[in-house]
Amino acid sequence: MPESSLENGYLEHAPGFVQNEGPKLITNRFKHKDSYTLDKYLSTGGYEGLQSALDRSPSQVHDEVREATLLGRGGAGFPAGIKWGFPPEGVWPRYLVVNGDESEIGTYKDRLLMERDPHQLIEGVLIACYALGLSQAFLYVRGEMALAQERIAIALDEAYKAGYIGKNILGSRFSVDVVMHWGAGAYIVGEETALIESLEGKRGMPRLKPPYFPAAIGLYGKPTIVNNVETLSNLPWILNNGASAYKEFGSETSPGTRMFAISGHVNRPGVYEVEHGVTSFRELFYGDNFCGGIREDNELKMFIPGGGSAPWFFQEQLDLPLEASDVGAAGSMLGSGAIVVMDETTDAVKACLSVVRFFAHESCGKCSPCREGTTWEEKILQRILNGDGRPSDIDLLLDIGDNISPGPYPVASYLDEGLEAVPFPPRQTTICPLGPSSVAPIVSAIRRFRNEFDSLITKTDPIPLALNVEEVVT
Amino acid sequence: MSFFTAENEKIAKEIVSRYPIARSALIPLLHLAQEQEGWISKPAMEQIAELTYTTSVEVLGTGTFYEMFKFHPVGRYLVKVCTNISCQLLGADELFEHVKKVLDVEEGEITEDGLFTFEEAECVAACTEAPCFTVNYRYFHRATKELFDEVIVDLKTGESPLNKGAADDQGTMPEHGTLSRVRQQIPKSRLAGIKHPEEVKGPPNWIEEGV
Repeated sequence: MPESSLENGYLEHAPGFVQNEGPKLITNRFKHKDSYTLDKYLSTGGYEGLQSALDRSPSQVHDEVREATLLGRGGAGFPAGIKWGFPPEGVWPRYLVVNGDESEIGTYKDRLLMERDPHQLIEGVLIACYALGLSQAFLYVRGEMALAQERIAIALDEAYKAGYIGKNILGSRFSVDVVMHWGAGAYIVGEETALIESLEGKRGMPRLKPPYFPAAIGLYGKPTIVNNVETLSNLPWILNNGASAYKEFGSETSPGTRMFAISGHVNRPGVYEVEHGVTSFRELFYGDNFCGGIREDNELKMFIPGGGSAPWFFQEQLDLPLEASDVGAAGSMLGSGAIVVMDETTDAVKACLSVVRFFAHESCGKCSPCREGTTWEEKILQRILNGDGRPSDIDLLLDIGDNISPGPYPVASYLDEGLEAVPFPPRQTTICPLGPSSVAPIVSAIRRFRNEFDSLITKTDPIPLALNVEEVVT
Repeated sequence: MSFFTAENEKIAKEIVSRYPIARSALIPLLHLAQEQEGWISKPAMEQIAELTYTTSVEVLGTGTFYEMFKFHPVGRYLVKVCTNISCQLLGADELFEHVKKVLDVEEGEITEDGLFTFEEAECVAACTEAPCFTVNYRYFHRATKELFDEVIVDLKTGESPLNKGAADDQGTMPEHGTLSRVRQQIPKSRLAGIKHPEEVKGPPNWIEEGV
């Protein structure tokens, strides 16, 4: 690890994690060097949540989680307790698939949770399986995360041997197998139906919803609960301390804490555990407890509040709380807790291209508006940046975007120009939200920094866009 | 003739047995093949098809969707530099050019000595530690040109550079194809029992009868 990180006060053994002041529900063990071992886990209250669950009936455990209003941490923010209630009655077996395919641009939290505290995740998996009567759990770890796979494999072995997983867990009737599965490099597999396809040994292309809602028709056509790593990592704490204690943190609609990864041009980039719905972006970027300001005291130009798929925010949105509904109404989303901060030196067109390129590369190719659209978006942005752009290119970009996501597209307000915010989410002509996500940086950048695009455009249109028929004929 | 070594064939069968339906083991088995040979050849796909009750075309069809699978030989070390937004903001483009120059290859190519293959990476979830590069999917955080040069020297001289990267990762650098250096092992006596979905008729007994 480079020395500069140590100077910034990082925990030497948990790269990226910064221990801010405030409640720690899921990152509490990160400060220990051996936090990923069973011994350390047991000596810090490990598997007590599981015991507490087994002392109750499965439906009581489900009620506790529903009562806690634990919101999904993967991006959509849907309450886990309600999602758990979706499997149709009388259909068995049911499965759990843990979504550890973290690959949204800017997101870095699930990898930490898997590398630093795999037992906490496993305990969460077991609690979910117990509450819902699930037959088997699959822990799908992103292919590129070799260390996380190692840590989880070791943790699973330890937990099996110690009697926490497998047959007759802790001497009870509760029996379940937890199997580690790993991917092979495809962003789209983070989408829950694509994740299931991939787990079935197929190309990771999303399924159409309806009818393929995983809770009804999921893995092998059976009801399947797909939960994010961070969501499940909250369960041991909730079972240990109760839903009412959990709701003392965060806001009424977004209880508990969340991990936010703040990257880019801040003085102290890092992963912070922050009270959900309370803290504001400004506090996160400028507070001494968090990122400590923008580098070299530069001005903030823009920031991405929730991963590459989220429309951009600007200075005006700094005082918004980290609350899904507020951020949604303001025209973007909190998504996967990935915040990318860009200062005044950033080239808006280049940043836009960078994000669009990612989506063009990761489009699975199933739906034509996305497959073709993202590719053209990338090509056009690239030629603008190369200095080969034409005046019609800006409208062309917006038009392609409109084919993937019929407007008006969600975007933050721009009061200088008298433009109101368009609330999230976007509409889509595609099966999954990947295509529409590629439109976010384009609409955000063009609306706000059109002058930067204009200044790069030097060519004229070879064919005039709006043809005047009379002119052409005569 | 089988592709997998006797030991790996045993591991492959063990992996298949963990899934209610054999085809689910397809991606893990492709990884196993890549671990054995460094890339995925036709005989490998044929045997994987046998083990998962699919055809080798289905194996190819699934495999080619995922960019970690290589269907041609690659270097012993796969060097990937992330150029996504968080890394780009902190100098990934310069690092990318530097790597290209040092290895003297274009993106996607293998060095003359066969040691390194160089690729551009999509976001690898190390955004707060930008810029970042990986070697055989082992992370190097807050990368500088100097750090990259040191890692290359280590790899050429047979040293492990792992402790220069993410301080949490230790030990030896595996060759391309090996991800986790350990495998999950479920003791038979502890196995709850994996059943084909059609064999399960009702809810598990702790739901019906209580724990």
